[in-house]
Amino acid sequence: MIEVRIHGRGGQGNVVAAYLLATAAFETGQHCQAFPSFGAERRGAPVTAYVRIAAQPIRRRCQVANPAFLLVQDAGLLHIPSTLEGLKPGGGILVNSPHSSTELTEEYGRPMVAVPATALAQDILGRPVPNVALLSAFLALTGMMPASALVKALAHRFKGDVLERNTRLIEAATTQVIAGAWQEVAHA
Amino acid sequence: MLEALEGSAAIARAVARCRPGVVAAYPITPQTHIVENISKLVADGKLQTELVSVESEFSAASVALGASAAGSRAYTASSSQGILLMTEVLFNISGMRLPVVLTCANRAIGAPINIWNDHSDSMAVRDCGWIQLHCADNQEAIDTSIQAFRIAEATELPVMVCMDGFILTHTLEPLEIPDQDVVDRYLPPFRFDRMLDPKNPLSLGTLVGPEYFSETRHLAHQALMAATSTIVDTDREWQTLTGRSAGGLLTVEGPENAKIGVLAMGSVVSTFREALDTLKTRKKAKLINLRAFRPLPDQALREACAGLSDLVVVDRALSPGFGGILGGEIKAALSGMAKMPRIHNVAIGLGGRDVPLEMWPRLLDVPTEDGGFRILDLEPAKLGEVP
Amino acid sequence: MTQANNDPRARQPRFRGLEAGHRACQGCGEALAARLVTESAGPDVILTNATGCLEVFTTPWPQSAWRVPWLHSLFENSAAIASGVEAALKAQGRRSKVIAMGGDGGTFDIGFQALSGMLERMHNVLYVCYDNEAYMNTGIQRSGSTPHAAMTTTSPPGKERMGKRHLKKDLLSIIAAHHIPYAASASVAYPQDLRRKVRRAMEIDGPTFLLVHSPCPLGWGHDGSETIQVARLAVQTGLFPLVELERGEVASVMPLRQKVPVTEYLKLQGRFRHLFVDSDHRAREEREHLQALADYNMERYGLFGDGDDPFDADGADTVRRGGPARA
Repeated sequence: MIEVRIHGRGGQGNVVAAYLLATAAFETGQHCQAFPSFGAERRGAPVTAYVRIAAQPIRRRCQVANPAFLLVQDAGLLHIPSTLEGLKPGGGILVNSPHSSTELTEEYGRPMVAVPATALAQDILGRPVPNVALLSAFLALTGMMPASALVKALAHRFKGDVLERNTRLIEAATTQVIAGAWQEVAHA
Repeated sequence: MLEALEGSAAIARAVARCRPGVVAAYPITPQTHIVENISKLVADGKLQTELVSVESEFSAASVALGASAAGSRAYTASSSQGILLMTEVLFNISGMRLPVVLTCANRAIGAPINIWNDHSDSMAVRDCGWIQLHCADNQEAIDTSIQAFRIAEATELPVMVCMDGFILTHTLEPLEIPDQDVVDRYLPPFRFDRMLDPKNPLSLGTLVGPEYFSETRHLAHQALMAATSTIVDTDREWQTLTGRSAGGLLTVEGPENAKIGVLAMGSVVSTFREALDTLKTRKKAKLINLRAFRPLPDQALREACAGLSDLVVVDRALSPGFGGILGGEIKAALSGMAKMPRIHNVAIGLGGRDVPLEMWPRLLDVPTEDGGFRILDLEPAKLGEVP
Repeated sequence: MTQANNDPRARQPRFRGLEAGHRACQGCGEALAARLVTESAGPDVILTNATGCLEVFTTPWPQSAWRVPWLHSLFENSAAIASGVEAALKAQGRRSKVIAMGGDGGTFDIGFQALSGMLERMHNVLYVCYDNEAYMNTGIQRSGSTPHAAMTTTSPPGKERMGKRHLKKDLLSIIAAHHIPYAASASVAYPQDLRRKVRRAMEIDGPTFLLVHSPCPLGWGHDGSETIQVARLAVQTGLFPLVELERGEVASVMPLRQKVPVTEYLKLQGRFRHLFVDSDHRAREEREHLQALADYNMERYGLFGDGDDPFDADGADTVRRGGPARA
């Protein structure tokens, strides 16, 4: 079972990100579970969502305490200690940031991969919503499932021009990371 | 066919499959997504129903009451404060033997105001004369929702389908919505003999004095007790139709010869099911998933607990000044046994406190600990000064 | 620290009944309205608050943004608990003013019974309704206050529907029928006017009512920076007229000088987006419906007029023209 925690701010589509990742996994025949750590929070407040992906039905319904991967939709959240808490040793941290992976890794003293998800989204979608680009990069890093699974998941929500742009965004985001760099952790 | 769906969205579609004539909608976290999804189905022409967006939960239940009395299949959903606000109407609906179905997305009750999951709400209305069924996961919730209409119409008793708020309602996972023709076969159109009709004028909701009140209460009690067999039969028929059981009255899992039992209701059962299968614990224990809380299936409980030396009853609510509610009820139900297990009662996960996998082995230690009812996951440090 | 001392705002003698640092969204109209109301009301008040956004974002235990006594109980009973507080103050001979607050959900709908009862019994309470036209705290569901044709999650547009089917409940007329000493509508876009109305209500010993139009950027679908602009257009198009009622009769209105078509207001908001789909004939019909509603308000309240310039709240314009200065 792979457990992922997604951190973001209200309004960045954090819950949607979790649902999309889970749906993408489902599209490849895996079992999935996604849910928000819900708070009475406003736009801009830190929010968390969880995703589980496994080959068998997932029955536990508790929060993810030890994720194998962290997706951080807003780099500003890295300053909050709880954001990085509980990550499994060797786990991957993917951050939406215009800075380079090297810069982030140096600043926070632990390996991080950076993707300029907001800029990519602004460019291709015309809206600064980082979730799809970040997910695409995540899939490329882990090799957990093909990008087409994410496109299928998106097709449940969007069609026409919006879907087409998102598909381009997914492709563009894939090129931002080293494919398969996290493959081992994903298959641990 | 499986689809990746959010729990609430799945419930909305399951209810839509049941062709309700009238749906009353009022928002309250964490049930709101159910009525939102139903609204969207109506707006898109995918569900023909009279959707009444009311001004309070009191009216939501009242609309369901009126609709049912007039002969339509009626549905609404609520949680927590909303369930309490409609309590008077809930008693009314069951007293009039109207087959309304309601989803209770279980949530704690304020003060202090808390929007997260526990069973305070449905427990607070356990005496209102409704059938109450709990669901361990979203597929059970879908199947139980559909069965609920069948049970309600067969028994002429209203049914409350209880599912944990957020934990189930807001979780996306692979789920199966049965096809329309399957549901149509299972659930015939609603025909109500006592419906309000100028062609056959009846008075519903009349005054009953001491001369007859006891008899009406006797009938209500008998009807609920008799519903145990309906609950079993409808689940069995559903299993024949779909291959899935929603849990009957209760289920027992785990090693045959285990002497410790853990009894719980709702989504914690799902977590405990995984723990039972995958965690290596020194002690062996059975997991009893109680699905039917009202009527409380005395006989089935006694059979399930036969041979146990200890039973840990897991409450998701408490009655201040008394202790665990489920615990108290189980003690009463088992008191007729020749060899009753020692009952240990704890409450966990109140107000949405997370229940981790590790709670399972923790529960297995409870029989060796002293003490009566307590909140097992209490954090004593927090009892001190305000941070 | 010197910078703070040099900040003129810090030296202004404004009472902060609602302190900064709460958890409202950027551009929240309700937070602004509550700040303006409590500023004008001063420190000698006791507030009651219905369940909703305001209560949630101001009091996450152990913090509170309120500097005055504040009581929250349930969704439907702000007016009823306020009645109880007022009765106790009367019994004890205490003079603090009770202000009951609620959103439109807690006022137009679930809290309506309690409000009507409080007004009928003539409690000395100022009831303030922060009207953002839907149940926002639970995620944008329609209320009795939601305008006709607005999109909410329980009144979504689709093949069979064009948003909310029913009209915005005319609450002020219902309040008027209680013949209370003073009732008024106000808007966050006209803060001076709102402050004046609060002070007016505070002076009255008896039931008073304020309906404050408070845009919700998230629910209405506009940027947080556009809250004031959107609120102003609601007033200027005639869709949300600013009026004062005394004992059921219209005592004054904020006059409009120009005809501003409702589309200027509607097009700024995502919740009316479906009214601008050219290929949908229903869209034009609904725009016309809303224009008719605005025209009806203008006629009924006599909004076009020569009254005081709405931007001149202190009456300097009137004095210059030879009329009396406002009291």
